[in-house]
Amino acid sequence: MSRPEEIAPPEVFYNEVESQKYTSNTRIQQIQAEMTLRSLELLNLSSTAEFILDIGCGSGLSGEILTEEGYNWIGMDISPNMLITALNREVDGDLLLSDIGDGVPFRAGTFDAAISISAIQWLCNADTSNADPKKRLMRFFNSLFSSLKRGGKFVAQFYPKNDKQIDLIQHSARVAGFSGGLVIDNPDSKKNKKYYLVLTAGVSEKAVNLEGVMMDAPVVKKKLSVKQRKELESTREFIKRKKDLMIKRGKKVSKDSKFTGRKRRPRF
Amino acid sequence: MKLITSNFIKCPIKKCDSSLDSYPLSYQNCQLVIKQQDFNANFIKSMLNRLDWDALLRVAKELGNTLLPLNKPALENSDQEEDKEDDEENLNENDLKLLKDLHNLLLETNIIEGEMICRSCNHKFYIKGSIPNLLLPPHLVD
Repeated sequence: MSRPEEIAPPEVFYNEVESQKYTSNTRIQQIQAEMTLRSLELLNLSSTAEFILDIGCGSGLSGEILTEEGYNWIGMDISPNMLITALNREVDGDLLLSDIGDGVPFRAGTFDAAISISAIQWLCNADTSNADPKKRLMRFFNSLFSSLKRGGKFVAQFYPKNDKQIDLIQHSARVAGFSGGLVIDNPDSKKNKKYYLVLTAGVSEKAVNLEGVMMDAPVVKKKLSVKQRKELESTREFIKRKKDLMIKRGKKVSKDSKFTGRKRRPRF
Repeated sequence: MKLITSNFIKCPIKKCDSSLDSYPLSYQNCQLVIKQQDFNANFIKSMLNRLDWDALLRVAKELGNTLLPLNKPALENSDQEEDKEDDEENLNENDLKLLKDLHNLLLETNIIEGEMICRSCNHKFYIKGSIPNLLLPPHLVD
């Protein structure tokens, strides 16, 4: 999988050609739509009276779905070309050209909920010499926390590069005051694996919808090194291993019995 | 940019976070356009609680509208149970008119060109093609 984060900063990467893809490519549209609907399902909103912030709205694919579902929304994005594409598609939400790493510029308690589709992993990259991903993430989560009403919910689908990025993002969110965790869809599939960060600012009267979500994914056992395995084995296992090795080399070894590897007691 | 956004947007510069003057921004040389949008009574109702009426008055005055009432209007039968999802039919005539007026003012009024100025740091943000540009120059990023 190619990672656009490694190619260029978002405002440069999403140029005219790249933004065009988001209107012409039906596969991109389908995936974006699926992820938006899944995010809305996780948000579990109660009525269409809620005001939503779309972080990294791009060409407004996710926004169109929000409009279809009857929500009013404001979208933020850093790429002017993507926003122009959104304008051409005549989306109903309000658009803002803004860098989420510089904060979410809204007064306290503006939004009921926020969603973000494939955007926040961009914050983990430092595109200029004076940009510090940790600081930018903190600024983003802190300002988002204050612009959500108490009990406001935030669901973000993102593509982490590695576990370190997941930790960094989750840590920043926790420090900013959010509670919540990570929902992983299709954890066994390499291609369709999707990460959703599901956060709540304070206590919500209507909790997020975690139907069908398995708590705590099964812990993968760490493979031990040969040296560690040798330290853990018992005397009997040690003898068995050495015997097998000798048989393999064609040597004659004594037969295994119930006395193999036992201590000779004084009564013998 | 819709007028409703002006009631929520503040200066993105970190230094202005603690200043009371960073909200609302001051609007200058603005061109307005009316764009039709679907009416959602429930949304306007929930927004009515959240609006900062003084800020709205101030912005409206800067945009040339001085006809708004000085106090925040209230619905006549606002004491209904909150969780009751009422449709447009359930509202009485005056309430419906008020919500429709607010809808026209907040959602259908768009600022397509103009300038927003932070009262605290005097930084000027431009609105072009109805999109406000809040990107910060490198020296203001903290």
